[in-house]
Amino acid sequence: MPEATFLDATELVINMGPQHPSTHGVLRVILKLDGEKVNGTECVIGYLHRGVEKIGENRTYQQFAPYVDRMDYVAAVSNGLGYCLAIEKLLNVEAPPRAQAVRVILTELNRIASHLLWLGTHALDIGAITPVFYCLREREEVLKIFENYCGARLTTHAFRIGGLQYEPYDGFEEEVKKFCDWFIPKVDEYEELLTNNRIWVGRLKGVGILSADECKEYGVTGPVLRAAGVAFDLRKAQPYSGYEQYDFEIPTAENGDTYDRYTVRMEEMRQSTRILRQAVDRIPSGPIMGKVPKVVKPPVGEAYVSIEAPKGELGYFIVSDNSTQPYRMRVRPPSFVNLQALDRMVRGGLVADVVAIIGTLDIVLGEVDR
Amino acid sequence: MADEQNPEGSAAPPPAPKPAAPKPAPAAHAAPPKPPAVMVTTPWESDITQLLKDRFGAEITEFSTYLAQNFLVAKPETVIPILETLKLELDFDYLVDVTAVDYPKRAERFDVVYILYSYARNERMRVKTMIPDGYSPATAVTVHLAANWLEREVFDMFGIQFAGHPNMRRILLPEEWQGYPLRKDYGILQQDEGWVRENLGIESGQ
Repeated sequence: MPEATFLDATELVINMGPQHPSTHGVLRVILKLDGEKVNGTECVIGYLHRGVEKIGENRTYQQFAPYVDRMDYVAAVSNGLGYCLAIEKLLNVEAPPRAQAVRVILTELNRIASHLLWLGTHALDIGAITPVFYCLREREEVLKIFENYCGARLTTHAFRIGGLQYEPYDGFEEEVKKFCDWFIPKVDEYEELLTNNRIWVGRLKGVGILSADECKEYGVTGPVLRAAGVAFDLRKAQPYSGYEQYDFEIPTAENGDTYDRYTVRMEEMRQSTRILRQAVDRIPSGPIMGKVPKVVKPPVGEAYVSIEAPKGELGYFIVSDNSTQPYRMRVRPPSFVNLQALDRMVRGGLVADVVAIIGTLDIVLGEVDR
Repeated sequence: MADEQNPEGSAAPPPAPKPAAPKPAPAAHAAPPKPPAVMVTTPWESDITQLLKDRFGAEITEFSTYLAQNFLVAKPETVIPILETLKLELDFDYLVDVTAVDYPKRAERFDVVYILYSYARNERMRVKTMIPDGYSPATAVTVHLAANWLEREVFDMFGIQFAGHPNMRRILLPEEWQGYPLRKDYGILQQDEGWVRENLGIESGQ
């Protein structure tokens, strides 16, 4: 009998990333493989760590606002909304109704933009080249609205503590309405390309199943949780910024697989459009800035405020010591917590599915690493 | 400056705004009232607090509400049984976040904060505990799997070791990194120069 050689070893450890196009940034996943089967993974993260929480403790409340845009940089507006709401909670003030309506419009537009980028890159990972061009084309229209509104396309810094910096520009409402009318047929087009596509269905159905109980156990939120059948959306559960006035539904699915997460996000884009139509029709008149001093000094205390970001629950836990800078600035990023479930989802699956599952989690490494 | 005032003073009975110094006569033109230096909380009472009081008694030192957000402060040894009771009997089945706050001037240096949510009740609460430097609180992974990475991040940033954690290593910073950046005595420009020189081949990351 010859001595055991490396050929007898059944387990192979390989490295995926950090420079791998399908990891959507600098995520390194160490895969333990038995042939094509994944026996385990370990995520190595932190390549984009900038110490956002430390920076927050060393900037005034207003100075830190632009930094939050750079966490989830494809949904900067949502980050800004959560941050402003948290400080407003500490100050016990509320943005005026007009500001709230504009905030809802911009945030929902950003949700659409974020989901579009997800859809395009996810489809690209799976091997469908066309959708990414369509998605980026539609996303461009959203970014144009942002640019017209505040001059920036990605890291918008659109909101201020207490309200808004800018009035909506002339023709803002019409442009958003035009976008809504134009956008819904586009969603139908994507669905025509993908929903019943045999390759798409074959690659996604039954892949990366995460049940509702597992989602709760891992703290997973957002579309991933809703695809598992839990109708949990903070916009409904604990409404903020006047979301209770708008009529919309929480899309859910049953199986919690990659395909269900796709259908949930597609429906979410439609629901966002529904909110947009209602919101632009009734932007109240009035001031856009609440009574907030130039230098913000919240009373001693702490608060946790969270919103439904495109990726899940985005929370800010802020401790104030009544100075101009936060004493502790904790960000609860949805991507970081959702990524934790990756190991559970890929175990027992195939290598090719790892790519699909990373895509379906919709993580942004800027937010994972902060 | 405000650091010295212990912003977290609410666990102890809030000291009177002006301790018994020789009382100045109330001035006719009083200055505008200064915001109090401690968190102004109101007591929190509900079926949750009732059950927890019956179960844990003096182990929980405070039930409070601030800005309509409920929290309790418990002794470090009882945090895990409390989380377990909350999860199994009161439906707080979603661990939103685990984090810490550093108060270097306090004897119990760190606050460890667990943020919980209940899908069934649509309610949020926080469980807080105070631990001295070097103390190892028990891990919450035995109750919520979500605590795994969250506690690793707390360790990475504050150097709080969670006892019984399956994988107590740094998560965001490199494993050989020295120091814990979110401690208050770690400067904003400070970094592990040795690591930077050795691994990045540059003099300084600044």
